Amino acid sequence: MTATATKPPVTPAARARSAGPDRSAGRRRSSTIIVTALLVVVALYFLIPVYWVFVASTKSTADLFSTNGFWFAPTFSLWENIGRVVSYDNGIFGRWFLNSAIYAGIGALLATYFAAAGGYALAKYEFKGRNLVFGTILGGVLVPGTATALPLFLLFSQMGLANTYWSVLLPSLVSPFGLFLCRIYAQATVDTSLIEAARIDGAGELRIFHTIGLKVLTPALVTVFLFQLVGIWNNYFLPLVMLSDSELYPITLGLNNWLSQVDRLPEFYELTTGGVLLSIIPLSIAMIVLQRFWRGGLTEGAVK
Amino acid sequence: MTTTRTAPAARRPADVPRRSKRTGAAARAPWLLLAPFLGLFVLTFLLPIVVAILSSFTKVTRSGLFGEAGVTSEFAGFSNYAQALADGSFVASIGRMLLFGIVQVPVMIVLCTVLALMLESASAKWPGFFRAAYFMPYGVPGVIATILWSFLYVPGLSPLFDVAKIVGLTPDFLGANSVLWSIANIVTWSYTGYNMLIIVAQLKAIPVELYEAAKVDGASTWRVARSIQLPLIRPALMLTTVFSIIGTLQLFAEAQVLKTVAPAIDSQYTPNLSAYTTAFAYNDYNVAAAQSVIIAVAAFALSFAFLALTNRKSS
Repeated sequence: MTATATKPPVTPAARARSAGPDRSAGRRRSSTIIVTALLVVVALYFLIPVYWVFVASTKSTADLFSTNGFWFAPTFSLWENIGRVVSYDNGIFGRWFLNSAIYAGIGALLATYFAAAGGYALAKYEFKGRNLVFGTILGGVLVPGTATALPLFLLFSQMGLANTYWSVLLPSLVSPFGLFLCRIYAQATVDTSLIEAARIDGAGELRIFHTIGLKVLTPALVTVFLFQLVGIWNNYFLPLVMLSDSELYPITLGLNNWLSQVDRLPEFYELTTGGVLLSIIPLSIAMIVLQRFWRGGLTEGAVK
Repeated sequence: MTTTRTAPAARRPADVPRRSKRTGAAARAPWLLLAPFLGLFVLTFLLPIVVAILSSFTKVTRSGLFGEAGVTSEFAGFSNYAQALADGSFVASIGRMLLFGIVQVPVMIVLCTVLALMLESASAKWPGFFRAAYFMPYGVPGVIATILWSFLYVPGLSPLFDVAKIVGLTPDFLGANSVLWSIANIVTWSYTGYNMLIIVAQLKAIPVELYEAAKVDGASTWRVARSIQLPLIRPALMLTTVFSIIGTLQLFAEAQVLKTVAPAIDSQYTPNLSAYTTAFAYNDYNVAAAQSVIIAVAAFALSFAFLALTNRKSS
């Protein structure tokens, strides 16, 4: 990560790489067919469940059980199903969706900013206790998130924070891994002489961080932001422990609530498949679009 | 940059008092920058860990029939730990996760390494499409992924049974012996692409010169993978393995959600599910805290054991 970050882009080599290093002289065509065929089979494994849920959400409850799961039923009721998902229980689904967006969006944005400030401070200042602070935070990377959730609930209930937006948002603002990444990146890329120059020009320390530090750190910040966004969006244990009011639920908790009712009311199959479809669309698109930035953040400078 | 650095040098002698004030500001600055992170870190990491450890050593006794005569808490030594470890179901759940990890983690790491090597080889067509397709499940939360797969595991709803019937098989995805591997499948589906991307990033960092030298020497694809690529992606493999071990011991959502359709999963199927049940179904927070500490210590111990083992092998 660090080694590649400082390396200047070598254009001819990079160009040769973009075509792929040639290590298959002679057997090119046959190996291309075999490798690509294998990749297609694996892609089917990853895509079929998503395809199935799309097909399932176009069916009525009766068709869901009576027609082939991998093909569409004669009656196409996708819009009907989605309409019911969105309108059920006064639009609670939209509320859950919004909650997830609030938790993940605000949480990831602030967590990235805090991790950047902390990582920059640990990389660019010599001060007493620096190693102790960094060591403690590094230990935090290895602490399982679910191990802290139960005691956190006890703590938050005493503080009156349990079952509020804060109870999910506050723990989402801390990313030890993000701070770790920002520190490595700041060490490798933020030029100390540039900071000195800004100091001599009379810029305050905080201003130097906000103008120079944040700008140079941007590629690492994108990575930290994406990690945290996905982490919060996918989190289930923390909101499950903290929240009892379904108005505060993120989408994961809400859909599980619907699924648990299918035994009694089969119509919840329609609601759940429709809800699952709606909920995987935004993040799947985000993943497909953002995976190139993700890679770019981790190996900055290596590939253009 | 250089001009701004040299120009104010002449001004410096006149600035001496300001400079000393400045060093004070420079001393405060790192703490100011660290403050928001540290404050939240103490609140959401250190304090809960302290609370967990303290309450795992505490016993709460309620006097009176319904606890109406007051609650007293006292130091309990290791009795909560003893109670947690004497619970056969809890110990069995840890054993179950070990079995799960021994099978699922190597399968996933091998799969994502092979996929990364294939995608980065010149033989792969449309690598961008495949990379995106494999990574997509990472954006599907574990709960949603489990709901998705649970529909595919249920007879009557799932087209997989129709496919299996053609081949002459009658699979039972939710049976007592098979449901653990059905969960393993969900976990593999969710995280293979993510781990693959970490390895791809490290593969991209290998200098092209190494490949060129290998080509000059006439090395085969297999030889390049074994002698150049695998040794150089070792750090990424270690990272993904350690995170997978920690993740395995934390398994919760998949088992909890699948419980609604699989009677073979009880409320103590995974260690975390066990701690959750102890806390919220039995309201015994102290034993639950002891269980949480045991899970975290086990995750630590296994990660370090793995790191020590691989380091010894390499040296």
